[in-house]
Amino acid sequence: MKIKLKIWRQINAESKGKLVDYSLDNVEEDMSFLEMLDLLNEELILKGERPVEFDHDCREGICGTCGLFINGRAHGPLAGTSTCQLHMRSFKDGETIYIEPFRGGAFNVIRDLKIDRSSFDRIMSKGGYISTPVGDAPEANAVPITHDQAESAFDSAACIGCGACVATCKNGSAALFTSAKITHLAKLPQGKVESRARVLKMVEQMDEEGFGHCTNTLACQVECPQEISVSNIDRMNWEYNKAKILGKGD
Amino acid sequence: MSTFLENSTLFRKVLMALTGLFLSVFLIVHLAGNLQLLLPPDQASIQFNQYSKFMTSNLLIKIVSYVLYLSIILHAVLSLIITLKNKKSAGGGYAYDKRAKVSNWYSRNMGILGTIILLFLIVHMKDFWYEYKFGSLPMDAEGNKDLFSIVVSAFGEPLYVVGYIIAFVALGYHLLHGIFSAFKTFGAYPSRISSLLYFISTGLTILLTVGFIFIPIFIYLKYHIA
Repeated sequence: MKIKLKIWRQINAESKGKLVDYSLDNVEEDMSFLEMLDLLNEELILKGERPVEFDHDCREGICGTCGLFINGRAHGPLAGTSTCQLHMRSFKDGETIYIEPFRGGAFNVIRDLKIDRSSFDRIMSKGGYISTPVGDAPEANAVPITHDQAESAFDSAACIGCGACVATCKNGSAALFTSAKITHLAKLPQGKVESRARVLKMVEQMDEEGFGHCTNTLACQVECPQEISVSNIDRMNWEYNKAKILGKGD
Repeated sequence: MSTFLENSTLFRKVLMALTGLFLSVFLIVHLAGNLQLLLPPDQASIQFNQYSKFMTSNLLIKIVSYVLYLSIILHAVLSLIITLKNKKSAGGGYAYDKRAKVSNWYSRNMGILGTIILLFLIVHMKDFWYEYKFGSLPMDAEGNKDLFSIVVSAFGEPLYVVGYIIAFVALGYHLLHGIFSAFKTFGAYPSRISSLLYFISTGLTILLTVGFIFIPIFIYLKYHIA
């Protein structure tokens, strides 16, 4: 199949970027979206042009590194799919495909389609963990947890931190990401202990990074490749309000 | 005040939710009061005028009305602060944008809907509240200010009725997103509670919107057409 591409090219964070036109003639429909970009880059390299830079790692949909804004949607047209799991069969022969980096006030373009998501790391470093060193893995049945509890916590823990929620939010809010981390730990007895201190610190960092307010448009859960529910945001709000009223409980 | 409002994104949203829900409760009371306009003409006139006098003279209601004015101002000022911050956080936008597909238009345009409501409020307050307090109103048979006749004559103008309907449709969509969103901001997290609150929010929105739209149409048809 043949396709036309309009790809965001930008030298660095300071420079102004623009959409540049490319066309590819030998695209196979079983190629993944990233393989299609690899193909483009091979052609660019042979022509002596600078290849298009984009983030990718596992290409299995589990690491959250790849994230492109494809045809006006985060991770492209399919639901519950990260960019690497999107294939060219989802596009028509001769179609024009727009590819832009994920945008957000707290996400800077490093180059082309590559963005700086270190703001997520800084939010995590404020409390996305349990602070007690537990040594070796403890006996699994020592702390009783129901199957439903474990499943529910895992639904929140499934967040891969790709940033699609921020990219699709009209407010550039990181509420879905931050709340998934907070909720994941609040749902388990090991994490519950520090939940009040955690939510205050992580929300403070989220604000400091410059993310916007959540106005509950629910767009984030539609675009999340892991289908993280906005009920995580409700839970974060609950935990936050509780912590504000009761104190951080130390 | 500035540090208070800049406290955190979540706290500002809680204030939005608190003021918004308080205003929604006020709407229930306001609609209930207005339903008296639907009574048979003689009874409606006497009862509505008595009610208007009570609502403007009772001390407790006066105090609540000041809280109400404050809530409207706070809700509007906060929305401005939140919108400006969000614009900055959104970061530039996209050359090709199809994000409109993944959320409801009214949830993305609360600011525009709110502005329509605010403009309506100014006209509404001027025509009735200001007239009642500072205008020279005729007296009814019981010696109360005859607000009823002012209301009835105002809705004799078809364009005025249409204006009200437009404002109430805007209000309806504002509430459709706003009430449930407020509960979410408080943290309505177990899905069972969330579903129940969604049901209550949507039901209340439909009731308020239909109720408010019905009254001007009813007055126009009953007093000016028949």
